[in-house]
Amino acid sequence: MRQDMGASGVRQGNAPILEARGIVKHFGHVQALQGVDFEAHAGEITAMIGDNGAGKSTLVKILSGVFKPTSGTIFVNGREVSFSSPADAHAQGLETVYQDLSVAQDLSPAANMFMGREKKLPGLLGKLGFLDNVTMRRDSVAAFERLKVSLKDMETPISSLSGGQRQSVAICRSIMWAKSVVFMDEPTAALGVLQTARTLELIRRIRDTGVAIVLISHNMRDVLEVADVVEVLRLGRRIARYKNDGTTSVQDLVGAMTGALDPVAEEFAA
Amino acid sequence: MSIPDTAVEPVTYMAGAAAPTTGKKLRAAMNSSPFYMLLILIVLVGFFSYVSPNFATTFNVRNVFLDASTLMILAIGMTYVMISGGFDLSIGSVLVFSGVLAAKTMEWIGTDNAMTVGAGLLAALVGGLAWGLFNGFCISRLRVSALITTLGSMGSALGLSYLLTGGSDVRTVPNTLIKISTGSFFNVPYLVIITVVFTIIGMVWLHMTRFGRHTYIVGSNPEAARRAGINVGNHQMRLYALSGLLAGVAAMLSLGRFATTTLEGHGNDPLDAITAVVLGGTSLVGGSGTIIGTVIGVFIPAVLSNGFIIMGIAPFWQMVVIGFVVIAAVYADQIKRSRRAA
Repeated sequence: MRQDMGASGVRQGNAPILEARGIVKHFGHVQALQGVDFEAHAGEITAMIGDNGAGKSTLVKILSGVFKPTSGTIFVNGREVSFSSPADAHAQGLETVYQDLSVAQDLSPAANMFMGREKKLPGLLGKLGFLDNVTMRRDSVAAFERLKVSLKDMETPISSLSGGQRQSVAICRSIMWAKSVVFMDEPTAALGVLQTARTLELIRRIRDTGVAIVLISHNMRDVLEVADVVEVLRLGRRIARYKNDGTTSVQDLVGAMTGALDPVAEEFAA
Repeated sequence: MSIPDTAVEPVTYMAGAAAPTTGKKLRAAMNSSPFYMLLILIVLVGFFSYVSPNFATTFNVRNVFLDASTLMILAIGMTYVMISGGFDLSIGSVLVFSGVLAAKTMEWIGTDNAMTVGAGLLAALVGGLAWGLFNGFCISRLRVSALITTLGSMGSALGLSYLLTGGSDVRTVPNTLIKISTGSFFNVPYLVIITVVFTIIGMVWLHMTRFGRHTYIVGSNPEAARRAGINVGNHQMRLYALSGLLAGVAAMLSLGRFATTTLEGHGNDPLDAITAVVLGGTSLVGGSGTIIGTVIGVFIPAVLSNGFIIMGIAPFWQMVVIGFVVIAAVYADQIKRSRRAA
């Protein structure tokens, strides 16, 4: 079902956990984003789709603190925020799972889960920088158990895991730290059929924990399978927003992405 | 991509949740490169002890340890740098430069007591740190490759050492320092004790602290480190600074032991240190490695060379043998990695 873009209060009155208004981004003379609106709600999977060059990656990079927008505002929980680095976004509870697995292959799953946020021992040893490996390992195992991710071994480097399991570690890490939003940039791009199915299952379980998930994907079948809401970007603008209630088809999405439905989309371009 | 692999995996399989068994840990350790290298070292020591009565003597063992001590200090820094995916070719020249600074400082002060040595040590550390920071700056901020940066500072540091000394070694090393260097505690030379202390600190710091953990992460996947909020550039600065500082420490040990600045004596140090680190199982592309491996890697060439001398074989054979062993070690590491990635 296509939604009216004019009124933002259509979503059962609950405010979006993440909201972007009129985001513009220039790279020199290139206008990558021309005033994009975007919103994501807690406990929902919002898919962001669009053809190459539509501005998906740029928008996600802005929302996750990698780029600064040329203009426009971002709200987290209704409060206006401004990110100058990914660390600022992390501090607001926004995490990103990257397409190309941001994991250290030579390290254990627990070391990866706590990468950059290592827990130190209490007291003097902690002040000297000594790591609390026992707690980190325990918390990691708990996080894996909560999301029903099974790993062969908690000790060996994750290079010995399968691609899908490595992706699971990356996803579980973002969940462990995300308080409000998780961005997933093509999380299944590098995976086989079964691993993709299991990853989508994992994404649903994460949605059910109450965070907002923003899923960027080229795969329309994946999108229609898991997304609650689909936002379509084209040429740096949001062109349509669909509620995935079974009435939306792949043809609808592709039509919106490529501009085949332009006459309908006109009204949003203004 | 191994789809069937995932397909047969029961969802509730949580073997990882169980505490690691001692057997599992032992098996993992026995599968590591340092373990194989330790076996080789043990075989070498056994062989030389068997064929020559002069090998396993207190005097000879003491010599092997003394010879290895300076290189060991340098190799600690090299292990850190190489785990982070870098290189430091400058350590030999930085050692000489630091030694010259220390010797000149002590000569200028003119006294001969603990304070003099302390001032010399300070000069050596400052010299080493300065070169380390310079290397770190060029590599992390100017993004010049580690190979080229440290190759450049290798030349410059040695050149400056020649300029400072006018090309001839400084031999006015205070007796206090020489006494420290030649002294021993229950027949264990102070030099060896100092080296052991540094090695243990290096080991603990690498394997148990956040600094060490970040070193592995930076070497394993710098982009992931950056995304995880680790300041990769700063960490690299610290690692090269550490490598320079340790070269300063090694300079004092060398100065005390040889009572001269040994301008010509350290050209091979960086390559010897890299050889030791690689033999010890540290990956050339970074991300993995251990200090205990480096210890074994320092001793294999040292024992080989010493054993050949004692057996009356030209010690140059050690160079020949080690050369091939290093190539084999790197080849084995590559095979292990590609098998893991598959």
